[in-house]
Amino acid sequence: MQAEQQQYSFEIVKWFAYMAVVYLVVGTGIGVYIASELAWPVLNFDNPYISFGRLRPLHTNAVIFAFGGSTLMATAYYIVQRTSGVRLWSDKLAWFTFWGWNLVIVGAVITLPLGLTQSKEYAELEWPLDILIAVVWLAYSFNFIMTLSIRKVSHIYVANWFFLAMMIMVTYLHVVNSLAIPVELFKSYSLFAGVQDAMIQWWWGHNAVGFFLTAGFLGIMYYFVPKQANRPVYSYRLSVIHFWALTFGYVWLGAHHLQYTALPDWTGSLGAAISLAMIIPSWGGAINGMFTLSGAWDKLRTDYILRFLIVSLAFYAMSTFEGPVMSSKTVNALSHYTDWTIGHVHAGALGWVAMVSIGAIYHMVERLWGTTIHSVKLVNLHFWMATIGTAVYITAMWVSGIMQGLMWRAYDDYGNLAYTFVESVAQMHPYYAMRAVGGLIFFLGACVMLYNITVTIRKAVANSSAKEAALVNATV
Amino acid sequence: MSEHNSNQPVTFQEKLEKNIWALILATAIIVSVGGIVEIVPLFYLDTTFEDDMHPEYEELSGVRPYTALELAGRDVYQREGCYLCHSQMIRPFRDEKDRYGHYSLAVESKYDHPFQWGSKRTGPDIARLGGKYSDAWHIQHLMDPRSVVPESVMPRYPWLQDATVDGAGIEKRVKAMRVLGVPYTDEQIKGAAASVEGKTEMDALVAYLQVLGTMIKFEPGRDYRD
Repeated sequence: MQAEQQQYSFEIVKWFAYMAVVYLVVGTGIGVYIASELAWPVLNFDNPYISFGRLRPLHTNAVIFAFGGSTLMATAYYIVQRTSGVRLWSDKLAWFTFWGWNLVIVGAVITLPLGLTQSKEYAELEWPLDILIAVVWLAYSFNFIMTLSIRKVSHIYVANWFFLAMMIMVTYLHVVNSLAIPVELFKSYSLFAGVQDAMIQWWWGHNAVGFFLTAGFLGIMYYFVPKQANRPVYSYRLSVIHFWALTFGYVWLGAHHLQYTALPDWTGSLGAAISLAMIIPSWGGAINGMFTLSGAWDKLRTDYILRFLIVSLAFYAMSTFEGPVMSSKTVNALSHYTDWTIGHVHAGALGWVAMVSIGAIYHMVERLWGTTIHSVKLVNLHFWMATIGTAVYITAMWVSGIMQGLMWRAYDDYGNLAYTFVESVAQMHPYYAMRAVGGLIFFLGACVMLYNITVTIRKAVANSSAKEAALVNATV
Repeated sequence: MSEHNSNQPVTFQEKLEKNIWALILATAIIVSVGGIVEIVPLFYLDTTFEDDMHPEYEELSGVRPYTALELAGRDVYQREGCYLCHSQMIRPFRDEKDRYGHYSLAVESKYDHPFQWGSKRTGPDIARLGGKYSDAWHIQHLMDPRSVVPESVMPRYPWLQDATVDGAGIEKRVKAMRVLGVPYTDEQIKGAAASVEGKTEMDALVAYLQVLGTMIKFEPGRDYRD
């Protein structure tokens, strides 16, 4: 262990991994609050800084970029070193990404409640922060690529391909979608307008999901599932197909967010057609991950980390089936603009992204600090809270989303619309409350995790300094 | 991997796996295809905008740049995150026509930097909100939504009443819009600051809401998309 600590730079991984858990608590906490604002609007308290419209971007940025980004940086730095057999190309550059990324997050926490926004979903941050993101992202990618270039093994391991694809695509997306003319320090107007701006935004929007939240986390899956199961990846060929089909295909999907809009029909239909085809690579990947457990399924009974990883793959398979269904024209006509979309996103975000990250972080904490987890019972508690919280959340959104879609299009016997819009709003109340409860359960689970790993780390640190002290005493 | 134990690269895939620069290049090419095919044609095909397809439909030339006050209102709309709960994009369905009005056209948002189509209807679509309610109703609704719609879950926006629109700031913003290609005249830019003099953010937002979807006077029975 000690030799490994010296060989690899793990200090940076430790910091990113711990911050990821902190941001998981913060991001889901804000999510619970804004979910409650929709159920009980009095919670807006007539205060501009905490009104739904300003906090919602803070929630999405906190979970995607603060939690997701910190997880991706921790795991990429961890995996690239262990699968290349070398230390990071540059420790300094890695620390630059740590402080730079956290500075972006601080910037988001300050500017978004102030209403400083470009108003493009998941790309709300204004141009100075956009530039900082680009610089940090390129530093992260460059360090990763240079580490691969000095690797001591001949083949680049599959997990790294996925990280690489994410880094390249997110660079494209972030740069193009953020092009804007600055008017003031924190105000700019998008270079694009109307229909073209919409297409570029959803090309970004769906690939923030496809590359940031999928390709990167598949990189995590391809390393941690085989490692934790102590089995090789089920099929090398399947991972090759998975990689190329996914990276080629995902890029096309954004247009399915704009079906039946003023976007020309050919674009939306193309996006929908490729979306249907995406079931194949997505399920190929999910199967590849799950079948890695072939012959070792009994481990699920005792291995708490493996449980998180396998349930995450189940949610991945579920939401990558749901997505193509929702992008088909018939279903999309009903589901678009409803809470069903919100439910779908959270099946992916809570069930897949968060679960696989949580599994990977528990796995890394034990190895980074050379210890065992403080309380397995608390991890089990966390597992059930995360699973139940996610299930409650997405069930509430399925019901409310489908109900909205049906109420909006319903006609009475006389050919009039059967419901006013606000009748549908009133019907949502119990489901919005239920969603807030589901989110709260998930959030409390994240708090349990933060407590558990904090105690684990403190014990490990105290233990190693006690050992050092003993060593010093012995020599004196 | 197991079947290729020799050190000689055998397949293209193997070559990529052993050469980071080749892998980067191949990935960079593969991931750029979809975006190029779907986005680039929107900038040059004649079928993107209805007024390119049907130059003879005169009503389509009714789309004009926002006035300085409307633009200031649009900035407030963005700042408060209204687009997160209200769409501005009516789809060509019977129920949406009955509920909201004529389906939205691409040409209607051609000066919208950035677009405000939205993705979610926690509240109703407002693409054709203009003229449906009085200014007084809008002010009452923004001050206290539940006083006019008891079931509403919208936040209150009392602070809009207290903030005035910054005249010098709006002039800069109109100028920036012209840089982006929005056809503002010199007179409009010169008069921008004066036209918002003494106006509150509430006035600006209401002006914006009242113009939504009103620029085109639709000809009944005309098909704008084919």
